[in-house]
Amino acid sequence: MTTRIHVPTPLRAYAGGQGTVEVEAASVGEALRALAVRYEGLRSHLFGENGELRNFVNVYVRDEDIRSLQGEETPLADGAEISIVPSIAGGVASPPAERTGDALVAAGRAQELELSNEEVLRYSRHLIMPEVGMAGQRRLKAGRVLMIGAGGLGSPLGLYLAAAGVGTLGIVDFDVVDETNLQRQLLHGTADVGRPKLDSARDRLRDVNPHLHVESYETRLSSENALEIARDYDVVVDGTDNFPTRYLVNDTCVLLGKPNVYGSIFRFEGQNSVFWAERGPCYRCLYAEPPPPGLVPSCAEGGVLGVLPGIVGAIQALETIKLLLGAGEPLIGRLVLFDALALRFRELRLRKDPACPICGEAPTIRGLIDYDEFCGIPQARMEEERQAAVPQITPRELRARLDRGDRLAIVDVREPHEWEIGNLAPLGARLIPLGQLAERMSELDTAAEIVLHCRSGARSAKALHQLRQAGFRKLWNLQGGILAWSDEVDPSLPKY
Amino acid sequence: MSVQLPAEQVAAIRAHGRRAYPHECCGALLGEPDPSSPDGKAVRAALPAGNERGDSPRNRFLISSAEVRRMEAEARRRGLSIVGFYHSHPDHPARPSEYDREHAWPWYSYVILEVRGGRDAALRSWRLTDDRQRFEEEPLHETLEEPA
Repeated sequence: MTTRIHVPTPLRAYAGGQGTVEVEAASVGEALRALAVRYEGLRSHLFGENGELRNFVNVYVRDEDIRSLQGEETPLADGAEISIVPSIAGGVASPPAERTGDALVAAGRAQELELSNEEVLRYSRHLIMPEVGMAGQRRLKAGRVLMIGAGGLGSPLGLYLAAAGVGTLGIVDFDVVDETNLQRQLLHGTADVGRPKLDSARDRLRDVNPHLHVESYETRLSSENALEIARDYDVVVDGTDNFPTRYLVNDTCVLLGKPNVYGSIFRFEGQNSVFWAERGPCYRCLYAEPPPPGLVPSCAEGGVLGVLPGIVGAIQALETIKLLLGAGEPLIGRLVLFDALALRFRELRLRKDPACPICGEAPTIRGLIDYDEFCGIPQARMEEERQAAVPQITPRELRARLDRGDRLAIVDVREPHEWEIGNLAPLGARLIPLGQLAERMSELDTAAEIVLHCRSGARSAKALHQLRQAGFRKLWNLQGGILAWSDEVDPSLPKY
Repeated sequence: MSVQLPAEQVAAIRAHGRRAYPHECCGALLGEPDPSSPDGKAVRAALPAGNERGDSPRNRFLISSAEVRRMEAEARRRGLSIVGFYHSHPDHPARPSEYDREHAWPWYSYVILEVRGGRDAALRSWRLTDDRQRFEEEPLHETLEEPA
């Protein structure tokens, strides 16, 4: 029995461009299947993976929806005409109950991927857990993760994601490996000192897992490039230690609707959360404004216990993998605080702020801004320059004057534990930490010529201003501090 | 692959999105092939639809097949056809969600309007790839009025 099927415009390209196709069939179901046999390209648009008619495909016999007849069983008389009519459905994101992995990694993208026998063996400890299994492992392989920074947090993060079988890792970094990194940045080894971190990281990660695809961006993440770089990734992981980049990463993720797996470290304390504006608060809901510059020191200034980024970065890796798998309870709306000395984890509930300037009810930020300006960096730089405008003496000049027999008082304004690392005591230097300077000024002779120094010259410049205001006049700041002294005069003095 | 959208229709879609906020709005795009671009479309009219999703209009929309048939009839009456659909994403970016992809038809242009806090923002157009795996963005050209 011949049936004429009217094909709607969107499907005509898959039916040889025809608007009407004739098939032999006794029922609606038969007719549609005959159509899909003749035009294989139509099949996936009409039928789901289990062969069921898709719920947005509607079929009419004359003017009757087959749902009000006998469905696919509806019999067809010879010469019958049926029409395929679209219904159109859609909507934002996914209901909260939906597993995160489905939204992050298109299920189809993951299904397409095959695991080789070598990969099956490599990931066997994952595969034997039903929570991961073949489907989850394929999802990890389809996953695209962007990590900002290949340093302390990026090290455990990159290593664990690579080992776990995440398919593509984008890395943004423009730094070069130096000795002070090796105490905590396990991606890089002693032989890598002087190499770009990107090169060193790529080599190490490919050694961990040759199946990994690395995409590297040797650039500073900026308002100009962030949206472009992050657009094609499923998850962004922030491994940076400065406020401008942290706000930049947050805003980029909010604007692109992506989760931002956050971690930060300072001295002995760590923080973790997952900021995902579509499902919870963002970083700005927690901290609408950055702290004044200089109030919160970076790791370079404040120090960090080497193991700490290992723990915080590993938590970031864990949360990233959970998001890709859609497994467990992601760290959305919760801030975990880790105290390494007490070995204690605390958890704070975070709320989405309706007044948040970027993800709230009436956002005022609709694009990326100047984050250095936002964080007060230019003003801070001017202040630093003002501070630096003090009489400077270079290490060589100082050496020469001491050799001539000039009488100079050398005052070290660092902390006692820094003095322990190395000092200029053999030249008569004395220790007065910057914090004690005000009360111990009486120990100094206002008439004497005084040279102040610290590690790099910043604190001693502050000390110089303080003394000048107190009436001291013959003051010098040792340019570049004890680091420069080691470079230019006495290499036996350790640098730190 | 591209879609031309007259400025007047863009304004109508944006107004519809603001009006419906915080719910999703939706509608059909009536048009014809754009001879200046391969597989391009020129939209001539935007036809608002009532969102038939009563259960979760805030993040879902539905245009039933019966309404699509009525819209097709209206398009034929004007010598046009349905070339795509538009809908809004309240407080979400103007890119297709996974739910959009699962329910999408090929060939149609899916124009999505982001509405943030009641104010209209980005407007972008997307097409489903042949293998149904993802959406590709297509250039959306806002055009001035057709010369009479």
